[in-house]
Amino acid sequence: MSPAPGATAAPVRREFRFPPLGVYGYVCIAVLLFWLFAALFAPYIAPHTESAIVTGTSFAPIGDEGLLLGSDYLGRDLASRLIYGARTTLTLALVATILAFVLGVVTGFIAGIAGGWTDSVISRVVDAFISFPTIMLALLIVSIFGTSLAALVCAIGFIEATRVFRISRALAVNTMTQDFVEVARARGESLWWILWNEVFPNAFVPLSTDFGLRYTFSILLLSALSFLGLGVQPPYADWGSMVKDNMTGIFVGAAAVLLPALAIFTVTLSINFLVDWNLARAQKDISDELVK
Amino acid sequence: MSALLRIEDLHMEGRRPTGEWMPIVRGVSLEARRGEVLALIGESGAGKSTIALSSLAYARPGCRFTGGEVLFDGTPVLDLSLEQKREMRGRRVAYIAQSAAAAFNVAHTLAAQITEGPAVHGTMPQAEADTQMVDLARRMRLPEPERIGRKYPHQVSGGQLQRLLAVMAMSCGPDLLVFDEPTTAIDVTTQVEVLAAFKDVIRESGAAALYVTHDLAVVAQMADRIIVLYGGEIMEQGGTDQILHEPRHDYTRQLMAAVRPPPRASGSGADLESSAQPPVLSLQGIDAGYGGVKGGKPGVQILFDVDVDIPRGQAVGVIGESGCGKSTMARVISGLTPSFEGEVRLDGKTLPPDVKHRDKKDLQRVQLVLQMPDVSFNPKKLVAQALGRPLEFYLGMTGAERDRRVGELLNMVELPADYAGRFPHELSGGEKQRVNLARALAAEPDVILCDEVTSALDTVVGAAIIKLLESLQERLDTAFVFISHDLSTVASFANRIVVLYAGRVAEQGPTRRILSPPYHPYTRLLLSSVPEMRTGWLEDHRATREAEQAMADVVNIGLTGCPFHTRCPLMIPGTCDVKRPPVHRLEEDHRIACHREIGELQEAPGVHG
Ligand SMILES: Nc1ncnc2c1ncn2[C@@H]1O[C@H](COP(=O)(O)OP(=O)(O)OP(=O)(O)O)[C@@H](O)[C@H]1O
Ligand code: SF4
Ligand SMILES: [Mg+2]
Repeated sequence: MSPAPGATAAPVRREFRFPPLGVYGYVCIAVLLFWLFAALFAPYIAPHTESAIVTGTSFAPIGDEGLLLGSDYLGRDLASRLIYGARTTLTLALVATILAFVLGVVTGFIAGIAGGWTDSVISRVVDAFISFPTIMLALLIVSIFGTSLAALVCAIGFIEATRVFRISRALAVNTMTQDFVEVARARGESLWWILWNEVFPNAFVPLSTDFGLRYTFSILLLSALSFLGLGVQPPYADWGSMVKDNMTGIFVGAAAVLLPALAIFTVTLSINFLVDWNLARAQKDISDELVK
Repeated sequence: MSALLRIEDLHMEGRRPTGEWMPIVRGVSLEARRGEVLALIGESGAGKSTIALSSLAYARPGCRFTGGEVLFDGTPVLDLSLEQKREMRGRRVAYIAQSAAAAFNVAHTLAAQITEGPAVHGTMPQAEADTQMVDLARRMRLPEPERIGRKYPHQVSGGQLQRLLAVMAMSCGPDLLVFDEPTTAIDVTTQVEVLAAFKDVIRESGAAALYVTHDLAVVAQMADRIIVLYGGEIMEQGGTDQILHEPRHDYTRQLMAAVRPPPRASGSGADLESSAQPPVLSLQGIDAGYGGVKGGKPGVQILFDVDVDIPRGQAVGVIGESGCGKSTMARVISGLTPSFEGEVRLDGKTLPPDVKHRDKKDLQRVQLVLQMPDVSFNPKKLVAQALGRPLEFYLGMTGAERDRRVGELLNMVELPADYAGRFPHELSGGEKQRVNLARALAAEPDVILCDEVTSALDTVVGAAIIKLLESLQERLDTAFVFISHDLSTVASFANRIVVLYAGRVAEQGPTRRILSPPYHPYTRLLLSSVPEMRTGWLEDHRATREAEQAMADVVNIGLTGCPFHTRCPLMIPGTCDVKRPPVHRLEEDHRIACHREIGELQEAPGVHG
């Protein structure tokens, strides 16, 4: 069996090269691992529970009275609250993001594949929601449905879903005009088969990138709501409400107000950095392809 | 005047599949001056494209620079930073390649992508970029130049996209234009116009041009000087006339001797008696188009009253210029674009127009192979999965049986069976197209629709695919519908030819009869547009009666009269422009749609009027 004349296929390569990440990249990963660990094992590593008042001093300084990071305005252990806060904030945001993706991807793919008036109707509705500033929309929903954890998660999930819808729809439309989808349609494949086998695998990488970004937005939105007092309610600790509750401490330079803010900052920044790096890598591959 | 581009003693290496580096360019030096077209010719693998790309300081993946210098406007460019290179590539050098599909993003309108360059590089304001685009589009003979920019890439035909790529490249007002086989995917009549447009643009802008091609007849029209390459070395260089008529080097003489003959019927095709059997597939009075259907008619109608019969086991060539509806015809047959009038019959049985309503057995019998190998495969799936799916879907094969059959199919298209474990991007264009064919063969169909299967490929690779198709057609009892804009390719392979013009069948019949008188006036224009290998042919051709008429107007898909009347030298005013031409039926099912009598259509092509 002789291969085709003029055939110069690249050799088959399957080995995985670990991508060069740089110092910042590893710092980001370490930060994320640290918070992940805190969130997962909160009850085991936190010296106290999140609501226990352990000292009479509010805003006890770092290291005072055997408290690693001092105390908050009620005299609760700040370190413990930060750890439990990680759990609340990161979990709620994650559930909200997953909800956003389930909702957004399903409707986005349906709109992108069905086209026609189905697409027009869904797209117009989504556009209407997108034209609202997120925080206003969130306030509206929360003021209607209350501030239970479920309502919060649904509100954030719904808002982010409108964004996910847009990218999913674009990806589906993109893939549907490709020749390999035409071939599948000509073969007589069902829409579901095409969706699952042709569209989804090609949308996976861009969607997973978007997932990272949506997650940071969810964290920020949740924290913002909590900061406004419409988010997570006491006695649960969450980073946004911790910043709000300890606001008075800002005049004494208390760690209690700075550290939760710093936690939000480090987590979102790390995720953003990794997403950007991943994007840059993908774009480099694409631009290499293009000049061919 | 000093040279705009100077390449000095360039050496490059390429990596073989086995991993070792081999020299592919050995000590090439050349100069390109402003206002001059320098052609690089030679067979596939001679290093033409590699050298042309080096003027952009670009080495393809798997290639590297190992010596020499490239000077662009006096600046050595190989050592520039990536940023500087990008700046130079975007603004000063334009690269016009063979395969346009890869250069456009399907998510944005054409205009957005074409005017992005000038806008980003700040060479002109948006409004000016827009008017310039319309102007270039008009010169590239694109239909509706004012409106075509609003379309998306998948809404224009392959040939149109190719010309839009040229518009995009030229919109930055580059100093150096690098053409790499830019007309391989375009039909002959359009090619004449596009070549003329390239010539005008080069002359007016005073840019320098490198022109890479294998087609000596095209070189004769375009080049001022020619460099003949073989195995990465310059064999001979000189003025166009000297190279073409008094080649000094033996290799150049060989090349001249191997010039592709003008279209000729293949021996095998002429002898088959076609009307003996009922056709396996037949189209009857098909009307089809795109856009939302209103009142029984789609937004844009593309096909008008198309009647075509495909005899069992034969190869039927469909030719016509870019945008005339060839691909649309294939889509109608496969049901992807349902016709709104007329019938598609498979063995006498009428098929539902929409693929959604056809049953599996019927779907299995008609398979489609598409134009662009690069986008025909899901990039995330192995060859084994791509080939395995039709086996599973139509024939219910699974497991080891399916894997064995995948291997057999690969062998049928002359690929080793272990290619099953590769991803599409690990195949060359020609190999992808073979797998593409294998995917169609997997269904064991009665009819395979091949839409421009060779036009995105290198000529030599394309020729090998045609060979493969011929041998498959001999061995299997499968009918091939071979869609192409290239008359020579179709003529060498097809038993019958269907000539489409503006969505209507102008002429159809056995290949031999199509290529000899009587001719439909459009077929005659096609035949006379195949370039001849002499300088000045382009100018002479444009001065002929046919071409002068042809340029008077772009194709207009009107609803009344003969669609060709705006370009036809034999047009009868008052008749051709208002009444639909009658169909003359001659022997061997040869049909010509024209108001003129058969006796008037005997004149040979290329006659000056
Ligand atoms: N999806 C679409 N929507 C609207 N118009 C379309 C669409 N696809 C094709 N067209 C238009 O239909 C006409 C015929 O296109 P078609 O692809 O059949 O041409 P073709 O003969 O195959 O040309 P080529 O040789 O360039 O591939 C063109 O004018 C094209 O712009
Ligand atoms: S019908 Fe008239 S316009 Fe059409 S091809 Fe014949 S002579 Fe020309
Ligand atoms: Mg086509």
